[in-house]
Amino acid sequence: MSDITKQSLTELVKNIKDKKLSSTEVAKAFIDRSEKSKELNAYITEDFTSALDKAKKFDQKPNLDLKLPGIPMAVKDLFCTKDVKTTAGSKILNNFVPTYESTVTDNIWREGAILLGKLNCDEFAMGSSNETSFFGNVQNPIDKDLVPGGSSGGSASAVAGQLTPITIGTDTGGSIRQPASFTGTVGLKPTYGSCSRYGIVAFASSLDQAGPMSQNVKDCALLQEVISSYDPKDSTSIDFKRNQYSKELTNNIKGKKIGIPKEYRVDGMPKEIEDLWQKGIEYVKDCGAETIDISLPHTSYALPAYYIVAPAEASSNLARYDGVKYGFRAKGENLIDMYEKTRSEGFGTEVQRRIMIGTYVLSSGYYDAYYLKAQKVRKLIKNDFDEAYKKVDAILTPSTPSSAFKIGEKTNDPVSMYLNDIFTVPVNLAGLPGISIPAGYDSKGYPLGLQIIGKAFDEQSILNIAFAMEEKINFRNKITDWWIK
Amino acid sequence: MSKKNLEYLINRKDNQYEVVIGLEVHAQVLSESKLFSDSATKFGADPNTQVSLVDAAFPGMLPVINEFCVKQAIKTGIGLNAKINKRSVFDRKNYFYADLPQGYQISQFKDPIVGEGKVILDMPDGQKEVGIERLHLEQDAGKSIHDLDPQNTFVDLNRSGVALMEIVSKPDLRSPDEVSAYIKKLRSIMRYLGTCDGNMQEGSLRADVNVSVRAKGSKEFGTRCEIKNVNSIKFMQMAIEYEANRQVDLIEEGKSIDQETRLFDTKKNETRSMRSKEDAHDYRYFPDPDLLPLEVSDEFVKELKNNIPEMPDDKKKRFIDEFKLSPYEATILVSDIDTAKYFEEVVFKMGKNKDMKLAVNWITGELFAVLNNKNLEISQSPVSAKNLAILVNLIKNGTISGKIAKTVFELMLDGDKDPQKIVEEKGLKQQSDPKAIEALIDKIINDNREKAIEYKQGKEKLFGFFVGQAMKASGGKANPQLINEILKKKLQ
Amino acid sequence: MSIDLKTIKHISKLSRISVDEKKAEKLVGDLNSIFDFIEKLNELKTDNIEPLTSVAETTLKLRPDEVKSMNIREQIVKNSPQDNEDYFVVPKVIE
Repeated sequence: MSDITKQSLTELVKNIKDKKLSSTEVAKAFIDRSEKSKELNAYITEDFTSALDKAKKFDQKPNLDLKLPGIPMAVKDLFCTKDVKTTAGSKILNNFVPTYESTVTDNIWREGAILLGKLNCDEFAMGSSNETSFFGNVQNPIDKDLVPGGSSGGSASAVAGQLTPITIGTDTGGSIRQPASFTGTVGLKPTYGSCSRYGIVAFASSLDQAGPMSQNVKDCALLQEVISSYDPKDSTSIDFKRNQYSKELTNNIKGKKIGIPKEYRVDGMPKEIEDLWQKGIEYVKDCGAETIDISLPHTSYALPAYYIVAPAEASSNLARYDGVKYGFRAKGENLIDMYEKTRSEGFGTEVQRRIMIGTYVLSSGYYDAYYLKAQKVRKLIKNDFDEAYKKVDAILTPSTPSSAFKIGEKTNDPVSMYLNDIFTVPVNLAGLPGISIPAGYDSKGYPLGLQIIGKAFDEQSILNIAFAMEEKINFRNKITDWWIK
Repeated sequence: MSKKNLEYLINRKDNQYEVVIGLEVHAQVLSESKLFSDSATKFGADPNTQVSLVDAAFPGMLPVINEFCVKQAIKTGIGLNAKINKRSVFDRKNYFYADLPQGYQISQFKDPIVGEGKVILDMPDGQKEVGIERLHLEQDAGKSIHDLDPQNTFVDLNRSGVALMEIVSKPDLRSPDEVSAYIKKLRSIMRYLGTCDGNMQEGSLRADVNVSVRAKGSKEFGTRCEIKNVNSIKFMQMAIEYEANRQVDLIEEGKSIDQETRLFDTKKNETRSMRSKEDAHDYRYFPDPDLLPLEVSDEFVKELKNNIPEMPDDKKKRFIDEFKLSPYEATILVSDIDTAKYFEEVVFKMGKNKDMKLAVNWITGELFAVLNNKNLEISQSPVSAKNLAILVNLIKNGTISGKIAKTVFELMLDGDKDPQKIVEEKGLKQQSDPKAIEALIDKIINDNREKAIEYKQGKEKLFGFFVGQAMKASGGKANPQLINEILKKKLQ
Repeated sequence: MSIDLKTIKHISKLSRISVDEKKAEKLVGDLNSIFDFIEKLNELKTDNIEPLTSVAETTLKLRPDEVKSMNIREQIVKNSPQDNEDYFVVPKVIE
């Protein structure tokens, strides 16, 4: 069977179950392509030898009842993987080998999947272009020297470039949806509490969620079904009835009410984004859904609030990287000197910047003005959504205010970089599920995404809407394999 | 209450100063596993053998709260007559230290699990009420060991994450003696509840002491200093004494007192400023986003309330009412739960015809002396409550005299022997046959005719001589009361 | 509001990240532009709004008091930068 790597996850699973393909064949195909794709710099750690061993083992005694039978898969390097180096894209964890497995990846391996390797990402998931990684930029398969978005840049690049059939990322302010949008792939950020945070290197605990990144909506639904679970090891994990998302997936969205929030029409938004959104509205109407104009009045306050909450939590979450127990340690004359040098040399610029912001907003005298204020604004943003969901089932917005930009284009202007997440951040602040699907191209032929935001725990509805739209949009990613010589 | 003469004041030439003390007691919660992780809490294990991935703050590790620790805190709150907060919040207290793996301590800052309460102290001049400000749950840190290596500090995380209750008093204490009584009372309450073993040597009870001074009669508080982590009552008292005098000296010299954290140097018996740490004192508290607010229902609290054992104050009242003990005796017997348990078992084993006073005297006298000498807890007593009860009954029913009882008691110490058997085997049974004693006395009077005459002529103190002779002749076993009666009759 | 060099040095101390002059000056610029953007929040009146600390609308689950994690010292110290079988080792603490 030729072109294994062009197959979707659903096709691969079917072919393995039908014994038309072996796990070894599939693993080999993705490994071969990954080997030829070093220029993308999507991997931080390759685990190919071990992956092949596991594939062979699977083929000797295949369990075809599993949901991901013998499927090779690379994952974002923010998930701790037992005995496989986990760096979070940082020098400070450059040599860290966990002795434990994250719940999300554990769920994946239990369903028969096999680890290919660990994918590049912004350092501690802080970034929107994958340029903050200690392990270098990631190339977007769409075009040379184009960022893949971030922080799950390696994941997006690997899925778009077909180095892995599917992957998982994490999303704190848009880190799954924005790179999905930049690479013409599908990315779902589940409801907060849907996927366990156990074993995921933390960035901002009250916002972080793991989620699938895939080539199509059906694959996305299947992986979401696998990774979402109630986990007693995570106090914020929520015990709700989880759907069989892929089985219950339907393109029948007749009568669904889709909200169109006027506040997402921001100043200076390129016309092609505006046009894409209009097209999206036409698509959902074509599918038999109804669109309703709604208001989310506090939208413009989401990003400033996010840049208080996320750095505050991060400044505390990253205090454990102190050179004492694991990871990088710089030489110091005494304990404090060691701390200061380790953290100054071990963290990159953006991470240090956010730790500083976070430390400042929590420091004595400023807590009420910043952190408390931001938490109140967060409440207002959540109230906006609660109000909207009295009238609609889901909300349709653009995923990003622009298409992918060039490497280096925004590195010197943190605020313009942060503005990338303007449409995705409110979703994290309110803890809602959101999916980005590829919906068109800009004038340069770069992909653009649309975002569907759902009610809490109603991943099924947004997957269904995405599934129905996907059919109408019939998006084809324009990948030329430019990086393969 | 007349308090004047017992007031603790610091005197200088023209001025008298009052000392104001508040305590932050850290009590280790008795539990099998830690507050937010499932590793063990046993004392004295090999370094880093009771450390989980959560305790060592590995990437991606998350806290999950221990229900039993929550119950222990609430029970303690009930024991402190305090308000139980149905909703409390865990915050992160951020600072860097080698034995603080997360870079923050999970504690409760704004919304503690237990609010205001009070404890009653029994002081020589009467009872004193001390206000409790709050009680909150928090994690203990690990241990830094500085003396194993000249260049390096070694870190043991066994204690990291163990549950602590921080009990904050109001600034109601006024003397080192009150501090001692307060700590003992807290320990007593927690030991009754089984929420903390109160073992200060093992560090399961330690305190930060806030001390300030003010001119006698003043209503304003002076600037306070916090003396960190003092781990014995004696050291607390010494530290307060030193610190109060230091502050008074500063005031007398017209200098001001800096609000600061100080350390008590037990070797030099002085407190010292810990200024080097001052610049880092911005803990940046915020609610821990890995945890949700802790909410407990009315039923949850009620269930705990219903299972609270009789507390020392109630027990004391009952001992006075039911057993007719003096307040003093009752206070001694209830102060420690094991003593109270021992006493109650003695009472139970003595059966119907019991002599309560005698039992109390034997426990607080002979038994306490032995325990003291051998440095034993009452729970390790070489004489069981059952055998002590038998001994007391033997005295009460006249089988042996108090004096013989002391001999018997000595023999009981070796292997908790049954006093009844000792009396039988050694033939120590009291001589209570009047005829035999009469014969014995007749012989003594006969042998000491002259002295008998002198007595009859008025030399009354010779009576003791005859008692002594009779005792001696009986080998100490004659019933002293009978000797008295018969002697009196015969010498008339 | 504006963040000066002194503030940057103070928060770098609190966060235990050493900064030299050059880095500190760069941070002054970066943080001021970020806070200019954050100050937008001041437009909002939030006096009577309850702060939202977690979107997970549930209460804390309690786990039973059971020891499950046994002695895993080998795993615990395995990744530590300075080798020692029993302890984590750090440069001397200077009080």
